[in-house]
Amino acid sequence: MPEKKIRVLVAKPGLDGHDRGAKVIARALRDDGMEVIYTGLRQTPEMIAEAALQEDVDVVGLSILSGAHNALVPQIIQELKENGQDNIVVFLGGIIPEDDIDGLLKQGVHKVYGPGTDTREVCKDIREAVSAEA
Amino acid sequence: MPAEQISELRKGNRLALSRILSQIEAGTAKGDQALEALFPYTGQAHKIGITGPPGSGKSTLVNALARQLRTLESHPKVAIIAVDPTSPFTGGAILGDRVRMQDLQGDKGIFIRSMASRGALGGLASQTEMLSQAFDAAGYEYIIIETVGAGQSEVDIVNLAHTTIVVDVPGMGDDIQSIKAGILEIADILVVNKADHLGADQSVKHLQTMIAMGYRGLRYAGGKHRLSETMPQKQDEPEPSGWIPPVLKTIAFDGTGVDKLAEEVVKHGKHLKETGLWAEKAESAITETLRKLMISTLYKRWRQTIPEEELENIVNQVLERTLHPHQAIQQLLSYNKNTTH
Repeated sequence: MPEKKIRVLVAKPGLDGHDRGAKVIARALRDDGMEVIYTGLRQTPEMIAEAALQEDVDVVGLSILSGAHNALVPQIIQELKENGQDNIVVFLGGIIPEDDIDGLLKQGVHKVYGPGTDTREVCKDIREAVSAEA
Repeated sequence: MPAEQISELRKGNRLALSRILSQIEAGTAKGDQALEALFPYTGQAHKIGITGPPGSGKSTLVNALARQLRTLESHPKVAIIAVDPTSPFTGGAILGDRVRMQDLQGDKGIFIRSMASRGALGGLASQTEMLSQAFDAAGYEYIIIETVGAGQSEVDIVNLAHTTIVVDVPGMGDDIQSIKAGILEIADILVVNKADHLGADQSVKHLQTMIAMGYRGLRYAGGKHRLSETMPQKQDEPEPSGWIPPVLKTIAFDGTGVDKLAEEVVKHGKHLKETGLWAEKAESAITETLRKLMISTLYKRWRQTIPEEELENIVNQVLERTLHPHQAIQQLLSYNKNTTH
């Protein structure tokens, strides 16, 4: 049986137009042998959940630099649940103040990354989280 | 694959469909079972292949075409299979076609699935065919398959489609390119996209001339291209199908010309059904599927009967040039016969 590839949706919710970080992560995950679905800028929570459903991904990686994480992330997690995809592991990267991280983790985010994160760490975390889920 | 998931898919449950697509793509036993259970419900969908060089606007055109097809009277459900290349070094892939299809995501009648060309069992063409069977059984009337426009596997994919659209853009190299690439042989509809760019009319004229020439002198695969009214049919030419590939201008970005494209797609589907070519295509596709399956099955079966050391022994003889590969095959086959019968 061929190995099941890890499928990751890399999405940018909200209104900031800075996708360099998302693209760097997408590239790093690809180089780690994962299949990365990149959806582009300015996605609504519904659009992200819809894409996750159609692509049957294992992981959703969100990149938010606008400061709207506390509003957007819970909505996305809620939408994923409503679609029956509680199994999806959600990662978050961007400019996230320390004080907000605990709350986001409690909402169901698996891990939060800030600027300067080693992409190898992200790859490793994803692999571990996905194999724990399976 | 539980029967429940199959019936959920048939009822239109999109998560069930999505999970079954994953199983099929990974080539699991569950995926095989799903395909078997779904097969009786397939054969309805109109499969459209879209190919063309990178950067010609295929994704954007697929986006616009899907939206246009949704406005047809029957409100058909539309599936999109978007293929992007897998890195041969890491096995990873970035699937970015959805970036150009964002405005489709609010429509539950459209299902977009990105696929990496990882080329698992039986190659890319048969994999897209299997995925499209799941969409077919789930009631998607149109299935658009978008591929990177280079290489033999793309030709195979479009051969599995009912209607093949080849996308070109103005200024993509000189006249000789389109002859080389052989795009005329596979196109049922030719599109010059980005028609607001310089040289669009020239590209259209050029393609039209190429097609007209094709009808006069050359014979094309399946004999589907012929201008039968104006030129007498040569005796050794196959029966003409009466379909002359139209050359259309589009600006996919703002939707210009896409209504005409959708019209031609529907017309081509009708044409295939009226002339019996639809059934003919289905028959040759099934024959080809069986042939490929037979080859892989026989190979697997044969491989099980031959011990590793025997194979190694013969490989070594070939390596030392004491045995030609032809002779090696004969020996391997007779080894099989001597021991198993």
